[in-house]
Amino acid sequence: MNAPLRRVAISVLVLFTLLIINVNYIQVVRSEKLRNNASNTRVLAEEYDRERGAIVVGGTNVAESVPTGDRLAYLRQYPQGPLYAAVTGYYSLIYSRTGIERAENDLLAGSDSRLFVRRLADLFTGRDPSGGDVVLTLDPAVQQAAMAGLEGVTGAVVALDPSTGAVLGMASTPTYDPTQLSSHDPDAIRAYWDSLEQQSPDPRLNRAIADNYPPGSLFKVIVSAAALEDGYRPDTVIPAPDVLTLPNTSTTLENFNGSICDPSGEQQLIRALTISCNTAFAQLGIDLGEDRIREMSEAFGLDGESFDIPLRVEPSGIGDIESEAALGQTSIGQRDVRMTPLQAAMVAAAVANDGTLMTPYLVDQVRAPDLSVLDQTDPEVFSEPVSEDVAGQLTEMMRSVVDNGSGRAAQIPGVQVAGKTGTAQVREDVPDHNWFIGFAPADDPTIAVAVFVANGGGTGGDVSAPIARQVMQAYLEGQGG
Amino acid sequence: MTLGPSTDPRVTAAGAAPPKRRGTEAALLGFAVLITVAAQCIVDLTVTGSLRAEMATFSIWITLLWVAAHLVVRRFAPYADPLLLPTVALLVGLGLAVIHRLDLAAEQIDSQITREDAPVQLIWATLGVALFIGLLIVVRDHRTLSRFAYTLALAGLALLALPAVLPASISEVNGAKIWIRVAGFSIQPGEFAKICLVVFFAAYLVDKRDVLALASRKVMGVELPRGRDLGPVLVAWVLSILVLVFERDLGSSLLLFGIFVVMLYVATERSSWLLIGVGLFAGGAMIAYQIFGHVQARVDTWLDPFAYQDGAGYQLVQSLFGLGTGGLFGTGLGGGRPDQVPVAKSDFIASAIGEELGLFGLVAVIVVYLILVERGLRTSLIVRDAFGKLLAAGLAFAVAWQVFVVLGGVTGLLPLTGLTTPFLAYGGSSLVANFVLVAVLVRISDAARRPAAPQAAPPPRLGDAPTEVVKQ
Repeated sequence: MNAPLRRVAISVLVLFTLLIINVNYIQVVRSEKLRNNASNTRVLAEEYDRERGAIVVGGTNVAESVPTGDRLAYLRQYPQGPLYAAVTGYYSLIYSRTGIERAENDLLAGSDSRLFVRRLADLFTGRDPSGGDVVLTLDPAVQQAAMAGLEGVTGAVVALDPSTGAVLGMASTPTYDPTQLSSHDPDAIRAYWDSLEQQSPDPRLNRAIADNYPPGSLFKVIVSAAALEDGYRPDTVIPAPDVLTLPNTSTTLENFNGSICDPSGEQQLIRALTISCNTAFAQLGIDLGEDRIREMSEAFGLDGESFDIPLRVEPSGIGDIESEAALGQTSIGQRDVRMTPLQAAMVAAAVANDGTLMTPYLVDQVRAPDLSVLDQTDPEVFSEPVSEDVAGQLTEMMRSVVDNGSGRAAQIPGVQVAGKTGTAQVREDVPDHNWFIGFAPADDPTIAVAVFVANGGGTGGDVSAPIARQVMQAYLEGQGG
Repeated sequence: MTLGPSTDPRVTAAGAAPPKRRGTEAALLGFAVLITVAAQCIVDLTVTGSLRAEMATFSIWITLLWVAAHLVVRRFAPYADPLLLPTVALLVGLGLAVIHRLDLAAEQIDSQITREDAPVQLIWATLGVALFIGLLIVVRDHRTLSRFAYTLALAGLALLALPAVLPASISEVNGAKIWIRVAGFSIQPGEFAKICLVVFFAAYLVDKRDVLALASRKVMGVELPRGRDLGPVLVAWVLSILVLVFERDLGSSLLLFGIFVVMLYVATERSSWLLIGVGLFAGGAMIAYQIFGHVQARVDTWLDPFAYQDGAGYQLVQSLFGLGTGGLFGTGLGGGRPDQVPVAKSDFIASAIGEELGLFGLVAVIVVYLILVERGLRTSLIVRDAFGKLLAAGLAFAVAWQVFVVLGGVTGLLPLTGLTTPFLAYGGSSLVANFVLVAVLVRISDAARRPAAPQAAPPPRLGDAPTEVVKQ
């Protein structure tokens, strides 16, 4: 019986080797994936044992962890409630995390490699390890003005520093209170989550970056840029018929409310932008051709690609253009043109910054728990869509919009403001989206802003321009001017 | 692993008495006690920051336990394999540390409760050692066991069938009907049935192995047994299928049938039995999969646990998370969250070890099991009588097969079963039964390594003695 016994012994060896190989596979090869699986609450529980870093705006914590007596040592709180929710996101036991809480999680949780040396020191000194702080670029005055302006409507505001790309304000309404999602009581979290889920529109959606919308007449700024780069001047006279029949179709394109742009049927480019003449810009787009429009759109960032600021930004783009008729509709920001409010602000910022578009960013610096700076964001150039000359001409045209055109509601006494309104048709039975982009002071811009009001029901000029004015004014007053 | 005949005392010890190796056993037991106590201290210091008051009592208790076991082996089984007892001591000690650690985790979650599973397990271990000692003192020659083969067979079958016929309220835990729960105690009679049936299989196969080894015809190079000799394997197969159906326990079913087929193979030296066994089990499992929802559910969660991670796959997924989080070195005893895995103390104790002691700890445990099993198989190789050979092989393989099925289940290699990890897992019946199992192995190994006494009557021809007993 010894021969089969030896074979049994060897088989046992093989079986146990299989076990060991499998355990190696799980604990070495798959280890990282299993550890970081969103459903693995172990790492989360470990995180709650550590003091999570704060998210700071203007020297004040807008998200901070406070010690508790219960099993999870620290509770995440957002002292300003919903004010910064669109940016900070939430940090939840059950629903994971979003916003900066997600994008900068490694640093906040203290597991970022930049904190490695400090963690090592903590290990030896027996100090409780804690996470680093994230300092945002946001300006409290801008943020408050944006939220105040959006009160009662569905929409978003994005404000940028045109010279750096720093995001000065980012608001989205309706919104929510992240503190309630970050509690330690699972039932309370679920109850609040359910109440958010039942609301329409969804308060959890960050409309500033996580969704895109037809921009309407805002797009005329990009068409103007393409025209100016192509040799047009602001005073170049272009056709502006009362009604434009789109090439090879029987479809007609009219102006807002069927109004007439100019009795002569033609007008200066600057005038067409000032009164936002649809027929003139549709024809101008067709005359320039798809390539020019597409190149200029992509240069401004409407390239169909998403990017991170470090929050993920939905792509903006102009879609496929199958015909000249489609090109005409595209040229007035309808058809398949889609922009996030952040992208709209980027268009204004590029014009404001002499034609150079800076990459938008939300994180100014990250700090170790001892407040030493680990990383400072350096402004970067995103693209250079137009020359300084053309930017100057665009500024002149956009000033005209605010001074004597559709954007008069954005005027600030004593300050030159440049801007453009947009009123985008969504569907027949739904009120229009209302947009405004602008910057101030027009001769030396320090803030560029985009205001989006979903289904506002008015025009960009009367719904969104006043909000933009409040936001810009709040910033300029805070800057001492 | 040296299994060669050169270690066979019958070959080497022509005259000179082989070493008893009791000193080795004592030293290894001391090492096991050291690890046991150290692990308890680490758990206390990590989780609560201070040693508990009972630590001294615990240390003395566990030391006395193994000193007693060692002294009895020294006196009543002086030639026993010196590795069997220390490996068991190490596994039991590690199990106690992990169970205590999980007690503390439960207390941390709810400070109202006090979990005392580790002290209870220590009581069971004490009872196990008492039975171990009792068996070594009472049973001086393992061959006497063959006298009770049919009694044990009946007892085994009764124990096996008991949970199936009892109402589910008494016998069902987590879907498997393999328990008897009375007065706060949970007993898994299958653990005892396993040993009874292995003794019976050994006695029966020694009796019938000549017949069962007869070949009828050769098919594709494999000599098939005669048709009418298929009876016993079919009975075992039906039995295991009944366990699968009525107790909903793939583990016990797989365990019993696997042990029987391997013992049949060892007894007859015919590999055709292995093929027949594998074929039968595969067929049976296939049919069971088609017919029974619970078998399907088990297999589905095994194939893709993450698809069911909020339901049936929760436990396995949590176990994998624990293992993954543990990584190479683990979080350290007391540093992880092994309590996230439901019933971590019993079925999933291996994942707690993998999480807190890491890959190194878990592989070390697997290797300790391997040592235990291979020493058992070595005993089987060198013991002189056929009954002892088959019995030792059956018991050693039972441990191996059970460890493989349980650890395979916990790590997602095999579908989950309701078996417990021998010696490590929380559970009185499993622990006590396995102490009995290892006592029998120690007894056989003593006989195997003992030099043949010249004054005694010549040993009966291989297989004769038990055969006669069984035939009466």
